[in-house]
Amino acid sequence: MQMPEPRADILTGRARIVERLRAALPPGAVIDDAIELKVYECDGLAAYRCPPMCAVLPGSTAEVSAVMRICNEEGVPVVPRGSGTSLSGGALPTADSVLLGVARLNGVLEVDYDNRFIRVEAGRTNLSVTGAVEQDGFFYAPDPSSQLACAIAGNIAMNSGGAHCLKYGVTTNNLLGVTMVMADGEVVEIGGAHLDAGGLDLLGLVCGSEGQLGVVTEATLRILAKPEGARPVLVGFDSSEVAGQCVSDIIKAGIVPVAIEFMDRLTIRAAEAHVAAGYPDCEALLIIEVEGSAGEIDDQLGRIIAIAKAHDPVEIRESGSAAESERIWKGRKTAFGAMGQINDYMCLDGTIPVSELPFVLRRIGELGAEYGLDVGNVFHAGDGNMHPLILYDANKPGDLEKAEALGADILRLCVEVGGCLTGEHGVGVEKREIMTAQYGADDLEIQMQVKDVFDPQWILNPAKVFPLEVSAGRRS
Amino acid sequence: MKITSEQELAEAIRGANGPFRVRGGGTRDIGKPVVGEALELGMSGIELYEPAALTLVVRAGTPLAEIEAVLAGEGQRLAFEPMDHRVMLGTKGEPTIGGVVAANVSGPRRIQAGAARDFAIGARFVDGSGRIIKNGGRVMKNVTGYDLVKLMAGSWGTLGVLTEVSLKVLAMPETEATLVARGKDARHGIAALAAALGSPWDITGAAHLDPGVAGPESETRVRIEGLAASVDYRIGALQREICAGWEVLRGDESAALWRQVRDVAPFADAPVVWRLSVKPSATPAISQALGQAGLGHAALYDWGGGLMWIAPDPEHDDGGAEAIRAQIAAHGGHATLVKAPADLRARIDVFQPQTGAVAALSRGLKQKFDPRGILNPGLMG
Repeated sequence: MQMPEPRADILTGRARIVERLRAALPPGAVIDDAIELKVYECDGLAAYRCPPMCAVLPGSTAEVSAVMRICNEEGVPVVPRGSGTSLSGGALPTADSVLLGVARLNGVLEVDYDNRFIRVEAGRTNLSVTGAVEQDGFFYAPDPSSQLACAIAGNIAMNSGGAHCLKYGVTTNNLLGVTMVMADGEVVEIGGAHLDAGGLDLLGLVCGSEGQLGVVTEATLRILAKPEGARPVLVGFDSSEVAGQCVSDIIKAGIVPVAIEFMDRLTIRAAEAHVAAGYPDCEALLIIEVEGSAGEIDDQLGRIIAIAKAHDPVEIRESGSAAESERIWKGRKTAFGAMGQINDYMCLDGTIPVSELPFVLRRIGELGAEYGLDVGNVFHAGDGNMHPLILYDANKPGDLEKAEALGADILRLCVEVGGCLTGEHGVGVEKREIMTAQYGADDLEIQMQVKDVFDPQWILNPAKVFPLEVSAGRRS
Repeated sequence: MKITSEQELAEAIRGANGPFRVRGGGTRDIGKPVVGEALELGMSGIELYEPAALTLVVRAGTPLAEIEAVLAGEGQRLAFEPMDHRVMLGTKGEPTIGGVVAANVSGPRRIQAGAARDFAIGARFVDGSGRIIKNGGRVMKNVTGYDLVKLMAGSWGTLGVLTEVSLKVLAMPETEATLVARGKDARHGIAALAAALGSPWDITGAAHLDPGVAGPESETRVRIEGLAASVDYRIGALQREICAGWEVLRGDESAALWRQVRDVAPFADAPVVWRLSVKPSATPAISQALGQAGLGHAALYDWGGGLMWIAPDPEHDDGGAEAIRAQIAAHGGHATLVKAPADLRARIDVFQPQTGAVAALSRGLKQKFDPRGILNPGLMG
């Protein structure tokens, strides 16, 4: 992975730029000490690191606006950062950039149960949005695995999903409005407490734009009444293909579980070794969760189990209590960490049509064998969003590059079968160069023209999303 | 000009000398009247339908009725419940899926399932320069590049002409039922809807109709859909907690109530109809203020109150625009003049006028997507 050469003219102006930012922000909001900057040198894609020229931590929309005004005047790239949990390098700085962290913007501005929304500052963590309303029986639906740490700002930038988006949709389906600071510092309000746009759907455009169109400082989010209860069933199969068929049959039967999660043998064993969740040792495992009252849950699980039984499962375990539910989920929720115990890993995020699941799983196995790398699969099966985990050894020279090449091959495979490069992690730097596998020249050009409208100077997160060569003319 | 392929469309747009009026089925004559050659889109047909993956890829000119029939054959449907504008506008023709997406047309279930824009997961279109563009795909989760599908949904053919759309579909429920109360004023009706929508019982329709709209008394309606036992359970829970004494209508009777709301059928004879998307709890006050401003209107409230259909007294010279837009200025949201004679639509802003940075962004996007200004020029203002 390459990043553009830092611009010498910006680096020579560093002292002046830092000075101007200091003058505009309260004490302590500008960080330029080399040791303190280490915190900001990478995000969740820790294989790539580069400290920014400086970091700023504004505490209000007005302060974000002041930062953007200065950076726009100076022509300095700005890399926005929520909590830094991105798995695609969305918050990876360049040496000539100002890293803009929104972590201090974490307040709740308004809670409105009659109209079912909450307005928060965008640095607030995903889980603490639900935390602000759950005592009154409400929740915020999108639930990325990193929800304890990740910020709403980053969720909006990457249009994050989560295990439960099969029923509730992803961020864009739950976002009502934003306050956003434009590249030139102007503050714009898009959407609000009402539904849908009165003109062009700018909100739909901003969501998932990876911090390239503006810095979101406040968000109005839909909140929903919590269901009365939820309960999973775990089903083990001795073939991935059969597990995939079972998923299809459940969906075709008209049942909408809130989540259908899939784990393969490698991740099942890793999870067992890690937390001893009591999973069966089998080729494929599904965790299917439904919601409702006790009676509604029984009814739905009964139908799901009847379908599963027709596929010769090696084990069916229906949760009968909160403790059993927790145990069923435990292995899944800690699966990434469990894989990390085995080795370093690279987590992919391609989405495929659900019908292609058996073929894609088989091909991933074959590709892994060709590269001599193990690949674990744990993912959201209901919506086809795969998370192949490529195991590699960061200390072994050449292993990272090999994993990157395998990753690119797997993502190309996802596109070939009718899917896409990324379902919820974003393109960032990780998938930037293979965007051409999914999009033609005009498809990319029109997206870059959208950025031209929002950010004519291309100072917002410029070295992301588009292949470097394709965006070179605009970034210079 | 009748267009039968994407390639032909691209060539026609590239070689165009004057503006086009983009038409799907011609059932939604909404917006400022557009002067230009009619561009009639004939590309029709389902390209891919995978019921087990809940996905449908379809050419933009495909009649909605054809799609709904095919989906029904597999027990599925378009869950955003697109409104049939023919009922209220008195138009003829066959609605097409391209028109539905281009106008982001949703119905009562929008409040629970989402809008057309939420179900549109991929698109192909030809922009104003004649470039053939694809965006999104046929999978539900996709953050590969910017989401131009959302931008195209609701852009009314002003940024590009859709040639193909991919949609997420959902299963039809086993059954449905509606709880109905009569005689509540708007404030109490909408408060009841808010309570129902704030309950865990998964309401898929929440409407209030002023007296005189669907009958002499007002009606407040709450819909539940799902497995039969679950619907029974939730009716019981709602009657116990929120809807004590409300009448229960089931099956076809229930469905008819929501077709009426979806299509705003009670305003079929009204010459002027506005559509307001606002914060639900603000609507009773808005209605009251409009009454005080002498609008002499009746209102149909969908989406728990957040969608207000207003048929003002047609005597008003501006169709009630000044009074209605003043309410939007005070409460937020947006108002669209969906139905009015062409001369009135030519005189006033049909879509909510934009200001400042939002207006500049919209203008900037139009300029990039359609630099010559030949696609439905002026339709959105």
